[in-house]
Amino acid sequence: MKEMNELDVPDDLYYTEDHEWVRMKGENVTIGVSDYAQDQLGDIVFVEMPNSGDQFKKGDEFGTVESVKAVAELYMPIGGEVIQTNQALEDAPELLNQSPYADGWIIEIKPEDVSQLETILDKHAYLKMLKGS
Amino acid sequence: MRYLPHTPEDMAAMLQVVGVESMDDLFSTVPDECRRRSAPDLPEPLTEWELDDHMATLSGKSTTHGHDDGAPMVFIGAGRYEHFIPESINYLLGRSEFTTAYTPYQPEMSQGTLQAIYEYQTLTARLLGLEVANASLYDGASALAEALLMAMRITRKKKVALSGVIHPHYRQVVQTYLDPAGLEIVLLPCLENGRTDISGLQDVEDLAAVAVQSPNFFGCIEDLAALGNMCRENDVLFITAFTEPLAYGILKNPGLQGAHIVCGEGQSLGIPRWFGGPGLGMFACKRQYMRNMPGRLVGQTLDKQGRRGFVLTLATREQHIRREKATSNICTNSSLCALSAAMYMASLGRTGIRELARLNYDKAAYLRESLRQAGFRIRFDTPCFNEFVVEFPPDFELTYNRLLKKNMVAGLPLSTWYPELKHHYLLCVTETRSRADMDAFVKEVLS
Repeated sequence: MKEMNELDVPDDLYYTEDHEWVRMKGENVTIGVSDYAQDQLGDIVFVEMPNSGDQFKKGDEFGTVESVKAVAELYMPIGGEVIQTNQALEDAPELLNQSPYADGWIIEIKPEDVSQLETILDKHAYLKMLKGS
Repeated sequence: MRYLPHTPEDMAAMLQVVGVESMDDLFSTVPDECRRRSAPDLPEPLTEWELDDHMATLSGKSTTHGHDDGAPMVFIGAGRYEHFIPESINYLLGRSEFTTAYTPYQPEMSQGTLQAIYEYQTLTARLLGLEVANASLYDGASALAEALLMAMRITRKKKVALSGVIHPHYRQVVQTYLDPAGLEIVLLPCLENGRTDISGLQDVEDLAAVAVQSPNFFGCIEDLAALGNMCRENDVLFITAFTEPLAYGILKNPGLQGAHIVCGEGQSLGIPRWFGGPGLGMFACKRQYMRNMPGRLVGQTLDKQGRRGFVLTLATREQHIRREKATSNICTNSSLCALSAAMYMASLGRTGIRELARLNYDKAAYLRESLRQAGFRIRFDTPCFNEFVVEFPPDFELTYNRLLKKNMVAGLPLSTWYPELKHHYLLCVTETRSRADMDAFVKEVLS
């Protein structure tokens, strides 16, 4: 397991207390899981993703990440409609371990209300939460 | 077949050790006139059934495949079926390796058990025509309930349609599972021909799955292909259940007819009736749904040195990892029963299962026709496997009781579960009933 100072926590993302991250991408946002989450889970063997077009509210469960030792549910950091899912994860779920913030993105959504992001964590707050835990 | 354990190589090696050239040299001390030159005059070998009959005749009992004169002649199936069980299965099951209170799953310790389960899964998947089968559940009824829950997980819908011609006990178990969770069951009525009436489904919305049993509780073979098409067109999962897996020896398997999940009771496959249990819940599904499947699953893999091995797989579905979100709260299987079924299927083989199924079908047809010719009404004209429904005269109860005293059970009265079917009886004939048995039965019914 990584030490706190080894964790990669990019500046330009928003984070949730459940360890999802959110990146603005034009009008849409992409969602994935943080370096801390992938490190805690260990080798990821399966990612269950929703279908394009599915609608979710903030806080809804939209999928699961399965590692050799655990399963974690994925929760929406922000409500919206699924535009696309990362098909590469079907054959290569290990991308979540190797590249949690780039190749390992999970879904892209069209948010219903971007202002919902104001209530979730920025890098500083997320790191503070991790240190506290 | 010769039951000599030594190969020619073994014998040559042994002869060399004792220092002689050939078998003749070995026996040279036996005087020539005492040595036998021709094979002993023995009769041809018998099959297990023939030998059973032969020995029983010798012991003074007239029997059919172990059916003693004193034992009742039961024409009831209805979920538990009297089948001939090869002696080899009882012998093998009695081996001490299988004597354990709990199924051992640790791969370092339990390659034999895991391989046996893997083979059971493979045989089950082939028999039912689907890609993945689990290590088994408790019995047919709970397997059906689990199948329905699974369909609701996959579709995220809370309503299922259940054929009213599914075994009544199975429907009760399903209700026990579904009612407290607020899940809705739409009951499908029975048509005049004994099959499930799906016409009412047009008006039902938000359905997760349609479940039917084939052959159904009345013994009628459902038109699975048509139901499968209907389900596909309406984007509903198709679940088929069974109480008599032997039927798939001659019937097209459910997987080929569009079933997404197939489940049922495997007691027929080498497991005694045991007054109703324990049973064997067989469960199979299409590969795309395997992560939603309940129960344990054994997979084949390679170890560090590249050797074939067997391990539990996809365990993240189960409650020791996934806790309250597990696919089922059942984390065990009916291992000894599954082992019986695997041994039974492997002993009979594809051809044997087909021949045995044919025998069941033909014998049931014989009794059905005999009863029809004797003037009784066969309630449903739909093709059946080894069970069918007969309407007897209103005063038949007297005959029924008289037959009981003669150790014959004239079928299952259906009015308990289907009040509209007064004086209707569900009869079953398997390979254990001889023509003489059936002729005697019809004669008694008429007298």
